[in-house]
Amino acid sequence: MSATIFSAPRFALSSELVRIGFRLLAVALLCIALSLASDAFATQANIMNVLRQASLLFFMASGLTLVVLTAGLDLSVGANIGLSACVAGTVMKATGEPAYAVVAALGIGAFVGLLNGVLVAVLRIPSFIATYGMLWILHGLTYAYMAGSTVYGFPRGFRQFGNGFFLGVPIPVLVMAASLIVLALFTGRTIWGQQIYAIGANPVAARLSGMPVRRRLMLVYTLSGLTAGLAALVFLARLNSAEADIGGSLTLPAIAAVLIGGTSLFGGVGTLFGTFVGTLLLTLVLNGMNLLQIDSRWQPLVTGVIIVAAVWIDIRTSGRKT
Amino acid sequence: MLDQILPTRHPLLVRIPGVVVMLAVLSIGFAWASPGFLSWPNLSNVLAQSSVLLLIALPMTLVIMTEGLDLSIGAVLSLASVSLALVAVTTGSLLLALLVGVAIGAACGAVNGWLVAWLRIPPFVATLGMFGVAQGLALAVSDGQSITGIPTSVQAMYSGTLAGIPVPILLMLAATLAMHALLYATPFGTYVFALGGNREALAFAGISQRRVLLCVYTLAGAMGGLAGLLLTARLNSGHPSAGIGMEFDAIAAVAVGGTTFERGNGWLPGTVLGVITIGVLRNGLNLIAVPSSLQVCCIGILVILAFVFEAFTGERTGAQV
Repeated sequence: MSATIFSAPRFALSSELVRIGFRLLAVALLCIALSLASDAFATQANIMNVLRQASLLFFMASGLTLVVLTAGLDLSVGANIGLSACVAGTVMKATGEPAYAVVAALGIGAFVGLLNGVLVAVLRIPSFIATYGMLWILHGLTYAYMAGSTVYGFPRGFRQFGNGFFLGVPIPVLVMAASLIVLALFTGRTIWGQQIYAIGANPVAARLSGMPVRRRLMLVYTLSGLTAGLAALVFLARLNSAEADIGGSLTLPAIAAVLIGGTSLFGGVGTLFGTFVGTLLLTLVLNGMNLLQIDSRWQPLVTGVIIVAAVWIDIRTSGRKT
Repeated sequence: MLDQILPTRHPLLVRIPGVVVMLAVLSIGFAWASPGFLSWPNLSNVLAQSSVLLLIALPMTLVIMTEGLDLSIGAVLSLASVSLALVAVTTGSLLLALLVGVAIGAACGAVNGWLVAWLRIPPFVATLGMFGVAQGLALAVSDGQSITGIPTSVQAMYSGTLAGIPVPILLMLAATLAMHALLYATPFGTYVFALGGNREALAFAGISQRRVLLCVYTLAGAMGGLAGLLLTARLNSGHPSAGIGMEFDAIAAVAVGGTTFERGNGWLPGTVLGVITIGVLRNGLNLIAVPSSLQVCCIGILVILAFVFEAFTGERTGAQV
């Protein structure tokens, strides 16, 4: 019953298509502009590179999207990637067995996510405070664990996960496509997914209609941690090394991708596909800055401006009051 | 909902604010673990080291009382620090450095206030955007390098003494008194309370919410600039990432001090105690040789504990789930 009450009316679906249509248009325009501005853009190598970079960002942003859909926020994803990657890298170096690393990264990622979920859903700490506290806890643990050292040199088979190709497509891009489909089906086509939207749109109504709000919130934060663990694995395989500050600069772009993708910070509005388009947009901007040889120091500034602009457009076009 | 699940608060716990309990427990613990902790030089050191944090935690209390948040303050502090360091190195003038630092901080804060009040962007997002902008500018201004060769007139802001009392402690006292007077003895303070507690009342009284918000964020930025001067004097250099993470310590101090993040229930003396609690925690952990990475970890735990403690004493309700 709950699913039918809260599923979006048809006109909302078409307006969602319009929202995403505009973003796809922006992606297309950006591609045209970049291929005019730089000869290096429209090469196969660069496009594969853009997609591969986008995949890393997408893993973080996908779990984060679920959290934002519940009107929450997970600021700990970057720090979570740092800890997961460092522990997984050390484990792999010690045992030489990629399977243990996969278990370590996903396990730590999901466990941290679950802790966030408990803090938010059970102890009812505002999500940005709980995950911000968690950010610094993880940050401290990672630096203490690594003690300034770097682990590097992982088995060749594992590095395929970041650099390999399957049928001409980079493997992380395939993983991204698979997780996009799975998570889009989960949010759009299952009762649990619909409940996530309902909790974000109106938590009181969701509780009164008998939804297990706490359990769904914990699930959402755990999934966010799990996708951070996945991102950590791709990161490890790409860089072939891990050090303590690995995830520090990743949170801001991930939040930006979610917000550019049209997911509302106020909960209940947004799609995984939108986040995918947002990821592409942001990656294209950063890639374009690289190709045009703009100093990478300007990247946080540009990302910051994009975040504010995206939310401003969201507020203006939806007429939503804060 | 939570009230039905949790036991009713103990009468004693109601009277004693959580931050006092925490400060007492930490102080007793560290005094027991390390004999040097209670010496006067060490305690004065704790206070002096807390001065930078206090300067940004005081206005952060006001920002949080308006149901806002300023995540940009650490990056703004860094930007002010490198800019004023450049000015100080080239001109050698303390006054110019102070003016530049405060002006840059106030400008960043004013942009935050404009984004929040006029464009109605959630404070968290607006200041996160400003975090990126200020961080990028700080890197660009300093070319990613430390700026050294700070003149002695600037250094004296941290290491000097006036009538036998260290300058940073005097600054702390002055800032606390000024902010206390502003919040509890002026109409502006009443508006700040109303912004968090009762915005309709403010509208009926004919007060512009936007202007009050603008003032609060600008004040936070300006104090960030002043804190930048103090930090530059303390580190004897300007560094583009010197203030990164200080926004967390400031938010932690406010949270530990008992200000609620909803409905604007602010308590300024609590913030001062919160700053001292964090100073004591860092100092004590240093004395028993805990690495700084784990100190950060402990502050994260302290914040979460503060929220849990308040939930159990019923003073704070937390997020409406």
